[in-house]
Amino acid sequence: MISFGYKIQEDRQIDYDTNKRRILEFVRNGEPSVDWCMSCGTCASACTAAVSADYSLRKLILLSRRGMDDEVAKTVFRCRFCGKCINACPRSVNTRNIVYLMQLAVKKLIGYEI
Amino acid sequence: MKSVAIIGGGVAGLEAAGKLSKQGFAVTIIERDEHLGGRLNQWHALFPDRKSSTELLSGLIKEISSGVNLITNARILEVERNDDGFAIKINNNRMVTAGSVLLTTGFDIFEAEKKEEYGYGIYENVITSVDLEKMFNSGKPLVNAQGKTPARIGFIHCVGSRDEKAGNPHCSKVCCVTAVKQAIEVKELLPSSEVILFYMDLRMFGRHFEELYKDAQFRHGVQFMRARLSEAFENPDGSVQIRIEDTLLSKPLKMSLDLLVLMVGVQPQKKQGNLVDMLKLERDADGFIKIADTYSPYKTKIPGLFCAGGITGPKTIEETLAEARAVTVEIGGYLRNIENFAGQEQYVMEL
Repeated sequence: MISFGYKIQEDRQIDYDTNKRRILEFVRNGEPSVDWCMSCGTCASACTAAVSADYSLRKLILLSRRGMDDEVAKTVFRCRFCGKCINACPRSVNTRNIVYLMQLAVKKLIGYEI
Repeated sequence: MKSVAIIGGGVAGLEAAGKLSKQGFAVTIIERDEHLGGRLNQWHALFPDRKSSTELLSGLIKEISSGVNLITNARILEVERNDDGFAIKINNNRMVTAGSVLLTTGFDIFEAEKKEEYGYGIYENVITSVDLEKMFNSGKPLVNAQGKTPARIGFIHCVGSRDEKAGNPHCSKVCCVTAVKQAIEVKELLPSSEVILFYMDLRMFGRHFEELYKDAQFRHGVQFMRARLSEAFENPDGSVQIRIEDTLLSKPLKMSLDLLVLMVGVQPQKKQGNLVDMLKLERDADGFIKIADTYSPYKTKIPGLFCAGGITGPKTIEETLAEARAVTVEIGGYLRNIENFAGQEQYVMEL
């Protein structure tokens, strides 16, 4: 492709009407506690991976709720399943299973893995 | 003269009237409207227990059914403070004299039209939380202006609250939990609809409020998005287009809604303006009536004049009832010790 020195920027806006929330539906089926999340971020503050990687379960759940499935796919495989987030969650969300199901959903629905 | 005039026959006025008359005081309720109950007439079910508003009202009215003097359709023309207490002149040559006056004139609801950018009164599918209560009360199927069963309904928190440009810097306190209650009611009527609440903070301060919030999320799948709307638009099909900043993701988001509900706030009552001047009462910076001190929220600087309920700030019905009961103790103490009563200190010393 010819380089013009500039390009059309990707739309940053979340289009809630068109987005399909496929990952969320998949996760919800196997782990309904995903709906209990109130985005407090305690999981992310306990996360051993977050210190060195751009990874936040709080954000992943939010992104899946908005139907930003490609965004979920970008970072969800950075989890190492240590499970500290399960103990941290004040609402007893089964966080580790959510990450596992999110990864599964990405593999099955999007066919994408880092 | 062991008599009390209560100005305003809403929750606070009715509860205080019932308790005072049972204590043996001669009570007169002066009500502006034809009917008693004030705001209770506008609501459907109450938070957090979903008690019927009509049921609460009929319970309160039952308590005043004997021995309380009622004056409805009243316009207060003049109030005079004299040695005996208060003389209140009312339209149609009516006059009430009382040793003590209790002001329970309540609050106003923010006029949503003032937030023109939200389109209330312009777009058909933008309604207020008060309109929604009316819709619930009508018992009719919940449909939007096009007669369509709404598939997606949004609630905007803090409309006319915590908004200095709207003239209300304060938190209206009751709207967060009302939104959660209404969201649950909508989901019960329309289980397959998508209900999204747009909040700035969720202030679930009261007992059982957090449970209601969890119930909305866990059982009814109500969605919560931290965002404050700047502007709404109308789509050609009549649905409402909104663009918000999803502040937890730091991304702009757009969506269309079949119905947009504005959670209108609570503000100082404007109709009582003359009364406030007549009684030489002061308003605080927020516009609500100034109280003597934070820890006796029903006392004013004027001896014999008391306040209860929404007149001194946004309150839940639970709080209003508690205040109405508390003020009867204060009024009783004042009327029994009318000669010696100069303030809290002297009252305590006498004991």
